[in-house]
Amino acid sequence: MEEPLLSVRDLKKYFTVRKSLFSKSKDQVFAVDGISLEIGKGETLGLVGESGCGKTTAAKAIIRAVEPTGGKVIFQGRNIFKFNKREMRKLRMKIQLVYQDPYSSLNPRMKIGTMIAEPVKVHKIASGHEVIERVSFILNKVGLPSEAMNSYPHEFSGGQRQRIGIARSLILNPDLIILDEPVSALDVSVQAQVINLLGDLQREFNLSYIVIAHDLSLLKHICDRVNVMYLGKIVEGGSNKDLFSSPQHPYTMGLLSATPIPDPRTMRKRIILEGDLPSPMSPPPGCRFHTRCPIKKRECEQIEPELTDIGGGHWVACHRVDGN
Amino acid sequence: MKTEHPLLRINNLRTYFFSYAGVSKAVDGVSFSLESGETIGIAGESGSGKTVTGLSILRLIPDPPGKIVGGEIFFGGVDLLKVRLTMMRNIRGNNISMIFQEPMTSLNPAFTIGNQISEVIMLHQGVHRKDSIEKCIDMLKLVGIQSPEKRYYEYPYQLSGGMRQRIMIAMALSCNPRILIADEPTTALDVTIQAQILELMNKLKEEMGTAIILITHNLGVIAEMAKRVVVMYLGKVLEVASTDDIFYHSEHPYTKGLLRIIPRIDREIQPGKRLPEIPGMIPNLYKLPKGCHFHPRCSRAKEICRREEPELKEISYQHLCRCWFV
Repeated sequence: MEEPLLSVRDLKKYFTVRKSLFSKSKDQVFAVDGISLEIGKGETLGLVGESGCGKTTAAKAIIRAVEPTGGKVIFQGRNIFKFNKREMRKLRMKIQLVYQDPYSSLNPRMKIGTMIAEPVKVHKIASGHEVIERVSFILNKVGLPSEAMNSYPHEFSGGQRQRIGIARSLILNPDLIILDEPVSALDVSVQAQVINLLGDLQREFNLSYIVIAHDLSLLKHICDRVNVMYLGKIVEGGSNKDLFSSPQHPYTMGLLSATPIPDPRTMRKRIILEGDLPSPMSPPPGCRFHTRCPIKKRECEQIEPELTDIGGGHWVACHRVDGN
Repeated sequence: MKTEHPLLRINNLRTYFFSYAGVSKAVDGVSFSLESGETIGIAGESGSGKTVTGLSILRLIPDPPGKIVGGEIFFGGVDLLKVRLTMMRNIRGNNISMIFQEPMTSLNPAFTIGNQISEVIMLHQGVHRKDSIEKCIDMLKLVGIQSPEKRYYEYPYQLSGGMRQRIMIAMALSCNPRILIADEPTTALDVTIQAQILELMNKLKEEMGTAIILITHNLGVIAEMAKRVVVMYLGKVLEVASTDDIFYHSEHPYTKGLLRIIPRIDREIQPGKRLPEIPGMIPNLYKLPKGCHFHPRCSRAKEICRREEPELKEISYQHLCRCWFV
């Protein structure tokens, strides 16, 4: 069996915050509290969850854009959490991050060409005319004309800016791209274009993607595997088929049920989860989901369920699921 | 209570924005009507004019740079665009209310939520604060807020997004308006909270008989909530029909395009299959295409589409479409 490209083991990221403006006593935010996942070459893995689940923090911790509190990330056989600065720099050519907001993630004072050329110059991959050629090549790949390199971000639409962000991540020929909400800031009629572009690029360059999103409809369309996060933990993970056809965790079922379907004749039964999302500063004891769970039992309030393999690479953390 | 028919009738509304960059015809000839107790969805993307339509109904358009330059909005036998602002103030809250997209920013952070809801009741119903408190607590209970007597004294920062939106709804419905305009009421909320809020809105609609104008780009939300749909693009209405007709018998290429391209959770797809696309981008409002505004992106565009704008025509019972080819 082929080695996974990236393997995340028990990743933790806690933030320490002051209790209030003038207080010295501190609180901990358990943003990511022990998650593990794997992704292979050419695969697309989805990470889904709502506010405070830790998916964005997890993405940043994986590439050490924030320093993790614990765990390890194995990339091409080596634990990247042990890399020094020089090794991390080289690693960043291979793992890239595309940000959520195409309106704020591009420096408004930099020309597009300069922006995309920057990684090439920083890593000393090429110089002079070759840099311009590479920038031109990559702009065309994302469906933009070469002339775009002389323009500023404000001259482009949201969809185009997102393409520029993707171009910037591609220029160093990475193996893995982490995309944080790649289309949620875009108009509906433009989302499909960007989704298709990502698929084309993946096929052409054999890229792996970790896609973070809150929209399950999007993930159903593009992911090979999906992991569902809740309050810093993965509660369910499985293949696209398993997760969407036979979800096991009550939170996954609640999420699927809550996703609106553009069909007025749809006859599904709605599961409306009660209550609000608890704060990641004080996650509930036992199973973190129990405060909103429609099928909780006594032990759910006290004992945290383990993520268990229920067959075929389908993992669930729930006391009420057979196989536990 | 006498139910009027229709409750609201908008005729050829035109709201433009004037600046050094030129004139932006944000709403350019929009007409539709709303029946008592009905939910109508206004669907559109950025620049479609859907939010400006909602704001125009309540005459909340900032002037400058905006101006309602034409049209009529009939409510209760009166053209709202011609009444005095003092009467408009009476209509807001009491008869027509609005909730906005970002509950984080639509509430005043410096005042308690009780204070803010009471203010609405006091202003529009002319009562004193102590008389408004009981009504306020009733409203908080109605929108599902636990321990309302305590919450009355809390500040917005102490509440989650879902709860703040419930407060907005409480404020909007506190004076029992005939119409609620909801502008992207759940877009900023998590999907499980969105489901709660939509369910709440439906429940309150049933109990209070309020008509809702639901403004959103999310077709799934429209399918769930609306009985009729108005599809807008670049300031124009392109199609109007019952929800069922829009989703099952749409005629306009834009509507059809939108329905084809959205990823859906209820459909099986081959992994890696490409989504159909609507080519091109939404044009700048200052540089509108001539003729039919959608023609640069339309697969069926012909010469006449580039030259002349089609009219909004009734193509079957209560189904209108603005296209040369239906």
